[in-house]
Amino acid sequence: MEHLLNIFIKSIFIENIALGLFLGMCTFLAVSKRVDTAAGLGIAVIVVQTITVPVNNLIYNYVLREGALSWAGLPNVDLEFLGLITYIGVIAAMVQILEMALDKYFPKLYNALGIFLPLITVNCAILGGALFMVERDYTFAESVSFGLGSGTGWALAIVALAGIREKMRYSNVPPALRGLGITFITVGLMALAFMLFSGIEL
Amino acid sequence: MAKYKKILFDPIFNNNPIALGVLGVCSALAVTSKLETSLVMSMAVIFVLAFSNLAVSLIRNHIPTNIRIIVEMTIIASLVIIADQLIKAFFFDASKQLSVYVGLIITNCIIMGRAEAYALQNPPWQSFVDGIGNGLGYTFILISVAFVRELLGSGKLLGYTVIPLSTEGGWYVSNGLLLYPASAFFLIGFIIWIIRTIKPEQIEEE
Repeated sequence: MEHLLNIFIKSIFIENIALGLFLGMCTFLAVSKRVDTAAGLGIAVIVVQTITVPVNNLIYNYVLREGALSWAGLPNVDLEFLGLITYIGVIAAMVQILEMALDKYFPKLYNALGIFLPLITVNCAILGGALFMVERDYTFAESVSFGLGSGTGWALAIVALAGIREKMRYSNVPPALRGLGITFITVGLMALAFMLFSGIEL
Repeated sequence: MAKYKKILFDPIFNNNPIALGVLGVCSALAVTSKLETSLVMSMAVIFVLAFSNLAVSLIRNHIPTNIRIIVEMTIIASLVIIADQLIKAFFFDASKQLSVYVGLIITNCIIMGRAEAYALQNPPWQSFVDGIGNGLGYTFILISVAFVRELLGSGKLLGYTVIPLSTEGGWYVSNGLLLYPASAFFLIGFIIWIIRTIKPEQIEEE
């Protein structure tokens, strides 16, 4: 139990998926102009990440991995090269299912998330989560904890950046740096701040 | 001919996918601590981008609009798998350092973005050139960042010592900050600053 909690904390702060591993940067930079939209997208990412990482974990362990098909009587099959296409397929399908489910049962949340849901398919934080899960060889329980933690870390980071950018509207930025340029530098400073967690061993 | 030249070179300065479009940033930050990994990564992106544009453009008149994203994703994912296997076969050391970032080319928004914005409307040959051009624009940023980071961060270029470090008996005290991925944000920020100072029409109004 403690071990799972460690993975959770570690993936939020020490290896924050946005500011430590630099995943999901495109959406991170593009959709961080306002706090409320950033929060909506953050929640969507938490939900999708918590579902897709464990699902991909199951698929990896029971279908793709070398020898994983032994339950079907095929112990010598290694489908690992199909990993990428499978994960992205699972992610796209999950996002689609989630979209339909939200539309039917939580129309309010669905309207709030709006365009962000389909965008999540191409958010590299989600695919990155699946790939890190494979690289680190997580078990099913660990992958649930990692999915939830990394999603939360990403949401935290985008809300923080949106907060800073809202304040920055009052400052006088050199014209050529306005918009994208200063955002890059701000994110750089935030990443430096997050580095202070890096010495912590759990 | 002039048209192809424009398609090829426009994305490098005038319409750079990273500096103007915020596309494909993730990998630009994580792989740029060494010039070699950036070169391998850039080659992979140019390859995937050019051929995905070509393939999408070839079938653009036959894909039903509502399933086009999935079709594009499948094409891109297959190409990335090829690139990934090639890198593992011929650049094994670099593939270890690139870790998951080769796989993440699938979600690199430059590729999806060009497929959607260009290849769906234009003939195959032009789309192919556009893919190479945008790949070169990406390469330009990646190489500039990696050049500064490797030279000033560890005193080397492509693994050969250029500036002798003080820890190895030389005179240069290396800038440790540049070894951290965070420094790539500052460098890209400065590159954007320089490009937009030269080309003021790219400045964003808020």
